Amino acid sequence: MTKKSYRTAVNDALRSEMRRNPDIIILGEDVAGGQGASGEVGVVGSVFGVLGGLYKEFGPTRVIDTPISESAIVGAAAGAALTGLRPVAEIMFVDFVGVCFDQIYNQAAKFRYMFGGKAKTPMIIRATIGAGFRAGAQHSQSMHPLFTMVPGLKVVMPSNAYDAKGLMIEALRGDDPVIYLEAKTLYDTEMEVPDEAYRIPFGEANVVREGKDITLVAFGPMVPRALAVAEAVAKDGISAEVVDPRTTSPLDEDTILESVEKTGRLVLVDESPPRCSLASDVAAIVADKGFKSLKAPIKAVTCPHTPVPFAPVLEDEYMPNPRRIEAAVRAVMKFG
Amino acid sequence: MQLSREELKKAYRRMFTIRAFEERVEKEFAAGNIPGFAHVYLGQEASGVGVCHDLTDEDLIGSTHRGHGHCIAKGCDVKGMMLEIMGKAGGLCGGKGGSMHIADLSKGMLGANAIVGGAPPIAVGAALTQKYKKTGRVSVAFSGDGASNQGTVFEAMNMAVVLKVPAIFAFENNGYGEHTAASYSVGGGSIADRARSFGMPAEVVDGVDFFAVHEAMGRALEHCRAGNGPYALEIRCFRFLGHFVGDPQAYRTADELKEARAQDPLPLFRKKVTEAKLLEGSELDEIEKEILAEVDGAAQAAIAAMPPDLSTLETDVYVRY
Repeated sequence: MTKKSYRTAVNDALRSEMRRNPDIIILGEDVAGGQGASGEVGVVGSVFGVLGGLYKEFGPTRVIDTPISESAIVGAAAGAALTGLRPVAEIMFVDFVGVCFDQIYNQAAKFRYMFGGKAKTPMIIRATIGAGFRAGAQHSQSMHPLFTMVPGLKVVMPSNAYDAKGLMIEALRGDDPVIYLEAKTLYDTEMEVPDEAYRIPFGEANVVREGKDITLVAFGPMVPRALAVAEAVAKDGISAEVVDPRTTSPLDEDTILESVEKTGRLVLVDESPPRCSLASDVAAIVADKGFKSLKAPIKAVTCPHTPVPFAPVLEDEYMPNPRRIEAAVRAVMKFG
Repeated sequence: MQLSREELKKAYRRMFTIRAFEERVEKEFAAGNIPGFAHVYLGQEASGVGVCHDLTDEDLIGSTHRGHGHCIAKGCDVKGMMLEIMGKAGGLCGGKGGSMHIADLSKGMLGANAIVGGAPPIAVGAALTQKYKKTGRVSVAFSGDGASNQGTVFEAMNMAVVLKVPAIFAFENNGYGEHTAASYSVGGGSIADRARSFGMPAEVVDGVDFFAVHEAMGRALEHCRAGNGPYALEIRCFRFLGHFVGDPQAYRTADELKEARAQDPLPLFRKKVTEAKLLEGSELDEIEKEILAEVDGAAQAAIAAMPPDLSTLETDVYVRY
C-alpha cells in the first residue's frame, strides 16, 4: 500500500491490466503524443498526464495516437471491441462527446441487445469531467446524466484514487461498454492505494461517512465537497451520512434507500444542470420507493440551467459549492 | 493587387497587434492573471491578417481555440478581448466566454471555438445566409490541420459545394494538431487535395508571407463573390509555442523550434515593404510603439477591472429553474 494520486491510480490500473491481457489497447488523441514530430514520442501521455509511461512500456501498437477524429476513435473502439479487442478510447474532455455521440449510443451501447445477446462490446471510454478548471463552456461539462439514460452503457464516476483503480480494473474485466468519467480537479488528490490489482463491483455505493440525521448523496467530484460540508455541520451537532454511488448505471438504489430510511432526510449534490440530472433521478427513486422514510422534502444542489461560465467568480457560483450545499442541509434539517 | 501605404500600415498594425497581444498574454498567464489556459497565435499572424484584410464587418469568420489572432485580424477591440480573457466585466462576452469563446458579432466574428472542427459547419450556415439574402458577403471558416481530420469538416466542405455557398475554408496548417504532427495525422498529407476532392478550388499558401496569403484570399473572394461556391486555402505556417502556453514541447527538438521562430512573418513583411520603399522602417517603428502602449493599457485595465456581477450568472438563458 502506497500513497497514490487519482491520476496514478488510473495509470496503475491500466498498466497492470495491459500486462495481464494483451487484448487491451489504448487509442485517442495524444495518448502518447509527439507522433511524427522531431522530438520524443510518448511524452504527453494524454492531456492530463494520466497515461504517462504507457507508450514507453507498450509501444505504438497498443498505445495508439489517433487524428483528432472522435467519431472514428469511438467507432473504431466499438468495432474492435465487437471483434475481440478491449479498447480503451479517450475523449480527452467529455464535452467532445458531442462530436461522436452516435457511435456511443446508437452503436456501442446497442450491439449486445440489438444483436440478440450474441455480441460483446468490452470497451471503455475515458473522459475528463467537471468545472472549476477555468476552461470555459466547451471544456467543463460533466454530461453523466446523458450517458446514464442510455441503455447498454455502464457509467462510472470515481471520486477518489482508491475507487479510480478498482473501478477501472472492474471495467477492464467486464464485457460491456463503460463510460469512465475522471474528475479533472481531483487528479492530484492522494490516498492509500494497494499496489496489487483489486476490483470494485459496479452498482455498489460507498458510504464514505456514516451519520444519522441526514443523507447526502453526491456524485464524482462532488463527493469531497459533500464530505467537507458534513464535517462542517457536525460542529453544530448535525450528523450527516455521505453516500457515493460510484457508478450511476448501475445505480445502488438499496444503499441510498437504506441510508434515507435511517436518516429520513436527503440532499443530493450533483454537478449538472438541474433538470433530468442524477439529482432529479435519485430524488424520484427515493420519493417512489422510500416515501415513508422521509421526514422532510428532498433538496437538490445542482448547477443552474446554463452553460458553464468562464469567469472564475461565476464558475465558482455555478458549481455546487460548500455554501450552497450547507444551506440545503440546514434548510432540510429545519423543516417541520 | 498593389496595396496603398495606408493599407500596408493597417496590415502591419494588425499583425503587430497580434504579436504584442499574444506576448502579453504569455506574460500575464505566467503571472497568474489569466485563468484556465491560453492558446496563442504567435507565428501565424500573416495568416489571419492576410485572410481578413479585405473583409468588411459584414463578412463573417468562424475561428478556433487559437482564436485571438483571428479576433484582432477581424477588428475586435483589444481591451474588450483582454477583459474577456481575464474573465472580467466589460469583456467582449461579459466574462462568460473566455479565451476560447471570444465573439463579436458586430465585427462579423462568430466566435473562437473550443471544439476542433466546430467552426466549419457553422461557417457554411453563415454562408448560406449570405447566399439566401444575396448580400454578396462571404463566410470564412478558420480551422487547423488537426480539424482537417474531423468528420464535421468533411461534411461542411461537401455541403458547401453541394449548396454552392460563399464559404472559404482557411486551413491553417501549423504542423501540429495539439501535440501530434500533421505529418502523422493527416493521411495523404495534403489538406488542399482533400478540399479539391470535394469539388472546390484549393491553394497551398505560404502563411509566413502576408502578401501570399492576401493574394490567395483575393482569388478566393473573387470566386465566392461571383457565386461560384466555396474555396479552400491550406495556409502553411509555424506555431512558435506549444499547443498551449506552458506546453513543455519535449516532442519538438530545440532545432525545430529555432527553425520555426526563424519563419517570422513580421520581419519578412518589414523587409519586403522597406526594400520596395513602400514604407519607411521608422513608420513601422512608430506603429509598434503605439501598439505596445495600447496593449499595455488594455492589460493594465483588464487586471484592474472588476469581475462580472454574480447576477449575470443566470442571464442570457430563456428560463431559470
